[in-house]
Amino acid sequence: MRNPIASIVSAGVSKFGVREGLYTRELFAEAAKEAFEQCPNLNPKRDIQAFFIGMMSESCEHQAHVAPLFLDWIGLLPIPAFRSEAACASSSVALRSALFAIGSGMYDVVLVGGVEKMTHLSTTGVTEILAMASDFPFEQWHGISFPGVFGMMAVDHMRTYGTTEEQLAKVAVKNHDHGLMNPKAHFQKRITVQDVLSSRPVAWPLKLYDCCPRSDGASCLVLTSPKLARRYTDTPVDIIGSGQAQDTLSLFERENFSTMKATRLAAQEAYKMAGVTPSNIDVAEVHDCFTIAELIAYEDLGFCKPGAGGKLIEEGATHLGARIPVNTSGGLKAKGHPVGATGTAQAQEIFTQLTNQAGPRQVSGAEFGLTQNVGGSGSTGVVHIYRRGD
Amino acid sequence: MASMKTSGTITEETGAGFARDETGSIQPTIENFYKFCAEGKLMALKCNRCGAIICPPRIICPTCFHDRFEWNRLRGRGRLLTYTVIHFPPTQFQALAPYAVGIVKLEEGPHLPGMIRNVKPEELRIGMEVEVDFETALPKEWPRWPRYFFRATS
Repeated sequence: MRNPIASIVSAGVSKFGVREGLYTRELFAEAAKEAFEQCPNLNPKRDIQAFFIGMMSESCEHQAHVAPLFLDWIGLLPIPAFRSEAACASSSVALRSALFAIGSGMYDVVLVGGVEKMTHLSTTGVTEILAMASDFPFEQWHGISFPGVFGMMAVDHMRTYGTTEEQLAKVAVKNHDHGLMNPKAHFQKRITVQDVLSSRPVAWPLKLYDCCPRSDGASCLVLTSPKLARRYTDTPVDIIGSGQAQDTLSLFERENFSTMKATRLAAQEAYKMAGVTPSNIDVAEVHDCFTIAELIAYEDLGFCKPGAGGKLIEEGATHLGARIPVNTSGGLKAKGHPVGATGTAQAQEIFTQLTNQAGPRQVSGAEFGLTQNVGGSGSTGVVHIYRRGD
Repeated sequence: MASMKTSGTITEETGAGFARDETGSIQPTIENFYKFCAEGKLMALKCNRCGAIICPPRIICPTCFHDRFEWNRLRGRGRLLTYTVIHFPPTQFQALAPYAVGIVKLEEGPHLPGMIRNVKPEELRIGMEVEVDFETALPKEWPRWPRYFFRATS
């Protein structure tokens, strides 16, 4: 087991959902305020030395140059502020930048987070903005929406492995069950397999309830060098593995549409760095932007063999209380997916789990956690591995 | 720094309007790919060094990093690798919804995505034979590239 790269000493997340009248700077301040309040030993103005933020699109609010803006709104001027953009993986990439900053020895205490404000836009407007993460000349130009890209992955997975629409639906049902126990989740609503199967078609075989919602929200983490963590908390969570890989922006240029090579490579890197295997993982947050993406994540992360994702959900192995609970927060499906916020929100859930603060959705005795965040259709894959710091 | 000069041999009689390099060869760009579409031709690059067939075009060969190519016309026939039917499209495609899109493996090897027209959704099958066709009207919106699409082989 390797030495930690960095330690999470506090984390915050805003309520996810339709946050009418609140914009990114205010949502981000809500998340940061929670992280600061939960860490009384932290004096943000004195201690935090750099800021990293993930956000996908300026188009949502007609607002660019957001890193200094958010920094100002949380009272941390004039420390350096950096923004990352990697579509839905923006804040996981920001988290890696924060790890580089700490690992290099340049900074000891940094704030990293993500935010997006989407619900004030029409469905069409959001569809267009998200589609910008796919290839313009050969995907967008031909009317291929984002759900369309994942619909093509689902068709391929169903054809190759016999995965069924019912198995896809079970991912949504599980994540809604988990979301019921998360007061910050966008949805607190139980759904059934029949609800999913009878919901409106979006991009066959994906229906409305196979798709995550558009949400508003923000999340953040306070990271320190491992040697400083105990100054701020008795219960840090260490980041012990970090991996990232890239693939073609377009789905069509890949050899296999039923897997995300970027996730597989990122996972290999993170597992190797951490010195653990998939069987060590007690709790995971994975990128279920569409139900098919969660099944593919099970396979790419080694929770089951390639093609066995449908069987894994069918067996209930990824439910709270089962072998490998996945998306205890509700996942993107029920917690919501304010795209830039998702990566560090996944880390925030793992921090909550590994510090035994998850209440009714607590995975008992959780020691190792994992997050997997995807940008686009798998052009960016980021995996982190965490360990309870005691 | 290595020279980034890109060049190709003209293998087809072509009209005006193509971006050319200093030797007069049609540059291996996406813009030029779509200009060929306007002439009803689906074109690929063939790498002068490794022979890779590249479609859509790139200015550096993804196999061998070479940067000199010739444009070759593809037969425009292939098989459907995967597909979906889109019910919630971006604005400019609203009038067409629901419509099918898919990824086609062309006979010459490259994959190409596009709309699948003239096929009922329930008749779509992985492996079905399709052929390329071209819209004749130029789109109004930027960048006004003429769209290719696929239809079931008759």
